[in-house]
Amino acid sequence: MTDFKMPSLGADMDRGKVVEWLLKEGDPFERGGVIVLVETDKGIIDVEIWDSGTMEEIVVGSGEEVAVGTVIARYRPAEEEPPPIVVTLPEVGEREIAEAIEGPAEEEMRPAAVTAEPAWAVGANEARHPHVTPPIRHLAHHLEVDMGTLIGTGPGGSITRGDVERAARPPATRPEERLLISPRALRVAEELGIDPASVAGGGPGGVITEDDIRAQAGPTEPPAVATESVQPVVEEDGAEKQRLAMRRAIGQVMARSKREIPHYYLGADIDMTRALAWVEEENLRRSMADRLLPAVLLLKAAARAIGDVPEVNGFWLDDAFQPSDDIHLGVAVSLRHGGLIAPAIHHADQKSLDELMTALKDIVARARTGRLRSSEMSDPTITVTNLGDRGVGEVYGVIYAPQVALIGFGKATPRPWVVDGLLGIRPIVRATLSADHRVSDGHRGGIYLQAVDRYLQEPEQL
Amino acid sequence: MKPAEALAVILSVLADIAPEVDSDEIDPGVDLTEQLDLDSMDYLNWMLGINQETGIEIPERDYPKFRTLHGAVDYLVGARV
Repeated sequence: MTDFKMPSLGADMDRGKVVEWLLKEGDPFERGGVIVLVETDKGIIDVEIWDSGTMEEIVVGSGEEVAVGTVIARYRPAEEEPPPIVVTLPEVGEREIAEAIEGPAEEEMRPAAVTAEPAWAVGANEARHPHVTPPIRHLAHHLEVDMGTLIGTGPGGSITRGDVERAARPPATRPEERLLISPRALRVAEELGIDPASVAGGGPGGVITEDDIRAQAGPTEPPAVATESVQPVVEEDGAEKQRLAMRRAIGQVMARSKREIPHYYLGADIDMTRALAWVEEENLRRSMADRLLPAVLLLKAAARAIGDVPEVNGFWLDDAFQPSDDIHLGVAVSLRHGGLIAPAIHHADQKSLDELMTALKDIVARARTGRLRSSEMSDPTITVTNLGDRGVGEVYGVIYAPQVALIGFGKATPRPWVVDGLLGIRPIVRATLSADHRVSDGHRGGIYLQAVDRYLQEPEQL
Repeated sequence: MKPAEALAVILSVLADIAPEVDSDEIDPGVDLTEQLDLDSMDYLNWMLGINQETGIEIPERDYPKFRTLHGAVDYLVGARV
């Protein structure tokens, strides 16, 4: 039996309230699935599980609020056949083979970590393998490899990047490519006896929404209206409470960041002529639904420049910098009732501009409706804030601990600009970097901003 | 499209994007992005919503014509469906 604990969905979360379990005791579940809705200061989050198995016991029921790290359920992990690769690997010790056949020895789980560690770092299964560096653990998390099933081939039986990659499932089974459907829509589909696979998603990014399901089902029954008419009064009061809670949470994290992180700040003006002309031309060819926002080019350039200066990407944990191999761009999204959330766009550097646009639309929409997933809350390795829409010229942000850098973009403004000795008027964006002096310095930060500029000068390559 | 029809479509799409806004309070001559605090993603979704509701294809260079309620209604009334 394995414990499932209240996850930490960001440095500012120390408690969470179970809103609803999406499965009952005895129900099976798949890795990457959403099993419980948890209310935090930042809204209701869809909490995923990084294991397959069967729910044995729900310990904390709906409506109860508990501290991060508290056991909220117990489950039986699915017995998994060790990957066939195991026997063919060189340098595998007897113990590892025995473990691979009989399953890993039952070891004590690590105590609940009520620290600023991202949630992916405190998973129960990972605890079985102490010799795993955070980047490898992160990789495993994203390739959905269960560390408990791995045989380490590195020094002292440690797990290497290669081990994780070999064990990775074929991409087709990753959750990103499964049916995109909101948990609520899924439940409604079940209630109405509709196969979600037969419904076209009308939500952001093709997500199947409750409305899509109901549209498929035909006219809705009157009871739904009756409950909705009571809702608003409660919601308004809840919204105000939530607004204050979020303000407090943001305040705490930012105060801690300002207290503990020795920030340094850099700014650079970037000529956006080529980038904007490219987007304009591209959009002329595209249908309305496929058009790009210039912000997507900024995001892509910010993500790619991390390849040039990797020390802006990762976490400051346990008095040391833990770089991240993956680039999960936290995108600051302002909420209509105030406050903000910066959920992750996973592997932003590897996404095409179209994929990034789809991801951005989707994540902004879900950030505002409170349908974010736990991995999106806890995974960002660096954050980008784009305040250009508000006419802001430049923004020097506060780093979202335990991250070590934040990138800001202002409004593209026509400004006098000299090119090849000639004065012209060009759209200029001020890009800024706030970074952690414990990890990098102004020289490296400057190279980072230079790289962002360079990528934006070749928009067709982005 | 008749003005009343156009207005109804515009307001219904806006209500999805800015649900807390009371449509009676909107000043039809004032920039909507400032009045309703719309960012570029909201604006894009607004254009897309109007397109889906009316079938009218709006070229990107015409997006600024929707900045006020008056401008948006005029555009839809003048557009060929």
